[in-house]
Amino acid sequence: MSARIAYIASNTFREAVRDRVLYNLVAFVLLLSGAAILVGQLSIGIERLVVINLGLAAVSIFGVVIAIFIGIGLVSKEIDRRTLYTVLSRPVRRWEFIVGKFLGLAGTLVVNTSFMAIGVFAALFYVTHRFEQADGWIFVALYFIVLQFLVITALALLFSAFSTPVESAVFAFLIFVIGSFAQDLRGFAAMTQGATRWLATGAAYLVPNFSSLNVISSVAHQQPVAGTLILSNTVYALFYAGTALCGAVLIFEHRNLK
Amino acid sequence: MAAIETLGLEKTYHTGFWRKKAKCALKPLHLTVKQGEIFGFLGPNGAGKTTTLKLLMGLVYPTAGSARILDLPIDDPAVKAQIGFLPEQPYFYDYLTAKELLHYYAQLSAVPAKERSLRVETVLAQVGLADAANLQLRKFSKGMLQRVGIAQAILHRPKVLFFDEPMSGLDPVGRREVRDLMEQLKQNGQTVFFSTHILSDAEALCDHIAVIHEGELRGIGAVADLTSSVEGKVELVWQGNVLPSSLRALGAECHITGETVRAVVLEANQDLAIDAIRRERLRIISVTPVRTSLEEYFVRKVQPSQAVAGGKS
Repeated sequence: MSARIAYIASNTFREAVRDRVLYNLVAFVLLLSGAAILVGQLSIGIERLVVINLGLAAVSIFGVVIAIFIGIGLVSKEIDRRTLYTVLSRPVRRWEFIVGKFLGLAGTLVVNTSFMAIGVFAALFYVTHRFEQADGWIFVALYFIVLQFLVITALALLFSAFSTPVESAVFAFLIFVIGSFAQDLRGFAAMTQGATRWLATGAAYLVPNFSSLNVISSVAHQQPVAGTLILSNTVYALFYAGTALCGAVLIFEHRNLK
Repeated sequence: MAAIETLGLEKTYHTGFWRKKAKCALKPLHLTVKQGEIFGFLGPNGAGKTTTLKLLMGLVYPTAGSARILDLPIDDPAVKAQIGFLPEQPYFYDYLTAKELLHYYAQLSAVPAKERSLRVETVLAQVGLADAANLQLRKFSKGMLQRVGIAQAILHRPKVLFFDEPMSGLDPVGRREVRDLMEQLKQNGQTVFFSTHILSDAEALCDHIAVIHEGELRGIGAVADLTSSVEGKVELVWQGNVLPSSLRALGAECHITGETVRAVVLEANQDLAIDAIRRERLRIISVTPVRTSLEEYFVRKVQPSQAVAGGKS
């Protein structure tokens, strides 16, 4: 990896930290602490289920919001503020800038998720007073959530390469929502006929399949995650994010920075 | 080998929903800048100066033509290591301190790790920001940001420097310091290409200038040549505030400033004018031929009626 990519990624991470992005952790901790205390008082026997479901869903939502709202500004903000001019007038290639920005935000999200994961385990321990072996699958669910973030960040970057920040945010959010129901969409496509079937199937496979990356419910029920699913999801998410990133690079390479 | 060479460099933007409206930002530009000189790129606001700089920096792509810097095509990555760029009204990552920002740029410019700290401290001192090194840029004034902009441009000791309106936002002292810095860069053998619409700066600093207006090169030449042409008039300066009446008859344009009088007369009437002043027993301070100022040259070039497309003046 080019050293310049690492420098850009590290600066992007520093920007996120200094712009107080990680302050969302405070809200997360408050939410989870409140929920854990409430669950401890109200639910009988399903504390584990509620805390894991709620905790991982919060990790996912908080992360997606960060990925979208920071992702769409990664490039457009630099163009609007013209900070990009003094970077690209140096021996930095445009693709290196895009990849560096992507990795910087991905790093921020990984750090953010790691802290949140500590919060989830702490809340779980608070309500159950012990960890079980099956709780290890929570790590897999967290890993899948991070894969989701990579896809969303790459898509946000792609959209921001050719549209306004507001449009990019709307597109990215819609893709996230539709992608979360990708399996249902595929099921719907299978039930249709003729041209509709082709169109529906195309659309179903074009949007990222976030539903297969969501194992929160099964993990909360202490069900194991198949190794093949871990492998296929990893390949799928990296391929999807890589393709979206290539698209962003392609557009950005030809863009006039007015 | 020329420092900068453009061959028919041209930029047209297509605007509107269907991109059918064409707006020519730069008409074919042929320009050569020698190494080690200070070259002024003059023009009123919206003339095409910034577009030219962005084209040279690879920030926008030309519609036609090409450019070379140090004999390399501008899209060659090796060029970028040898140039420094100060954009117009620069804005930087305001969450960083000046020191952090320059460290970041030093990394991107592949300044060896061992040298970075010293290099950053040196340029910060050079632009008068040593005391503000650890201050976040969001607390910087416009003038201070301009200084940071200059610091980041010279940080990696590039061979060719591009400054877009370098004096913008600076107070008189700051402008003087930047002028001195540019002269220092020239003495170091570095080439400086800067855009400005402040003609006094260009006249004081530049070896060569080009005038651009409405995206078109209107004139180019050595400052010494452009300002040396004698207009067939002389300027007489004498002490006092007395204006001999016979001077009016010679068609003199006179200005009284405190205890000094200036009069411009035709060269043919010079002796008659001197005699008239002496008759009044006034002390003549100077008699100098009137030369074309850069301002006059500039105004002539940007006036539509006298516009001349391209070509050496």
